[in-house]
Amino acid sequence: MTKNITDNSKRNLSLFLGCIAPNRYPGIESATRKVMERLGISLKELEGASCCPAPGVFQSFDKKTWLTLASRNLCLSESLDADILTVCNGCYATLADTNRILKEDPEAKAGVNEKLSEIGKEFSGKIEVRHIVEYLFREVSPEKVRDAVIHPLDLRVAVHYGCHLIKPAHERKLGSAENPSFFDELVEATGARSVEYEDKMACCGAGGGARSAVQDVALALTEKKLEHMQSANVDCIVDACPFCHLQFDQGQIELADRLGKEFNIPVLHYSQLLGLALGYSPEELGIHLNRIQNSEFYTKLGERAESRFPGRKLGAGAGIGKGGVPT
Amino acid sequence: MKHPIKTSESDPTFFEEIKEETGAEKILMCFNCKGCSTGCPVTDVVPQYNIKKLLRMSAMGLRDRVLNSEHLWYCTTCFRCQERCPEGVKTVDTMLKLRSIAVKNGVMLPAHKKIAEYVMRTGHGVPIDEQNRKKRKELELDELPGTVHSCPEALEEVRHLIKACGFDRLVGFDQQSLA
Ligand code: SF4
Ligand code: SF4
Repeated sequence: MTKNITDNSKRNLSLFLGCIAPNRYPGIESATRKVMERLGISLKELEGASCCPAPGVFQSFDKKTWLTLASRNLCLSESLDADILTVCNGCYATLADTNRILKEDPEAKAGVNEKLSEIGKEFSGKIEVRHIVEYLFREVSPEKVRDAVIHPLDLRVAVHYGCHLIKPAHERKLGSAENPSFFDELVEATGARSVEYEDKMACCGAGGGARSAVQDVALALTEKKLEHMQSANVDCIVDACPFCHLQFDQGQIELADRLGKEFNIPVLHYSQLLGLALGYSPEELGIHLNRIQNSEFYTKLGERAESRFPGRKLGAGAGIGKGGVPT
Repeated sequence: MKHPIKTSESDPTFFEEIKEETGAEKILMCFNCKGCSTGCPVTDVVPQYNIKKLLRMSAMGLRDRVLNSEHLWYCTTCFRCQERCPEGVKTVDTMLKLRSIAVKNGVMLPAHKKIAEYVMRTGHGVPIDEQNRKKRKELELDELPGTVHSCPEALEEVRHLIKACGFDRLVGFDQQSLA
């Protein structure tokens, strides 16, 4: 994946929350706000934003409604003259695809604007849609993320890109969909090791409305993925999407209830992993609010991978259990 | 074969309808290589599920078989098949079009309908609940996110658009009951 030629890092950015982050895993919202602030990136509030709307249901049911509701969210950010930042692959799919379709297809744009005019809004197509992982890679860079780390993590991580962050590849322009590396580089910038595992690019199982409507099918995919991660002996999963996050975290509870299968692998959104490396405590990042709690993981967080940051003067420990930002 | 296809089952208007989605006509380019279904994670766990078969049945105009197939709803839209197809068949885009034709004909799964209803009611597909209000407070976030949840006028806008698109009627939802 190549860096952008133009410098988009100076553009305003608004935070699009979506549904699952604020309403089921608020730790992801909290972590996102903390790490972006620490990196000096300010986020405008997108007041009155709605569901993106959920691609699995809305894109399946009626494309026009999907485009129209998504365009309203885009308009909110347009009126702030800000690009829109998502922390979720589903929101990214809906907003980025809608933005592209409406920019490219005058007929679709006219159709949407006819509806939007009824609420006094108009889609003009002047902003971009960003995803936090893609944004950090392109506009901040793994090197600068690494420079900000004060508590290098000594963790073996199963990186889960999720499908809609990188696909359709032609539209996302993030390089190979079969063997990408940008997310792994950001994970390794925290000191952690991204561990290879079988069929790493496979889906978590949740998308397309499968989690809600055909739960057995969705869980069977999740189970496979968890088995492959477990065989690679990882300390945790790191994802880029609250919906994959929910599928792995809640899914482990469901697999235990239904099949008696226990994995007990902690699940972190990238913002939470980075937050730990920046010295925030698991409590501040809401990691303790996940369903899966594994005491060995918390012990491992106390260990520091200083050898991977030679010659660097690093901060005090991760305020684990202290509930404060270390000095 | 258990259920041989009868020529009378083929409905040429079905393909015309599918073609409304730009690029969906490419299902005619499929040369049966199975690149799509081979890597499909759903086929991996449910061998009867086959995206290639669904799309080829669609190209043949087998409207009833396709629209009533429960397999139409198994796909997670992971896009692996669409990425891999050597013929550039828009497997996922086409499958989503098939789903919306099914919905137009009244076929929708209750769980999906419920999510649609949540959006109409609250503006969120997954609205806040008591437990997560508490979690937000514990994290020193506003108890309600600054979304439609804190903004009644914004929710009215969302409902207005849903109505303007006819989505409430499509799903069979009565906006009066929102009161
Ligand atoms: S990969 Fe493409 S060409 Fe091959 S069977 Fe599937 S749809 Fe047909
Ligand atoms: S997009 Fe659907 S059909 Fe295609 S590989 Fe993924 S789950 Fe299978």
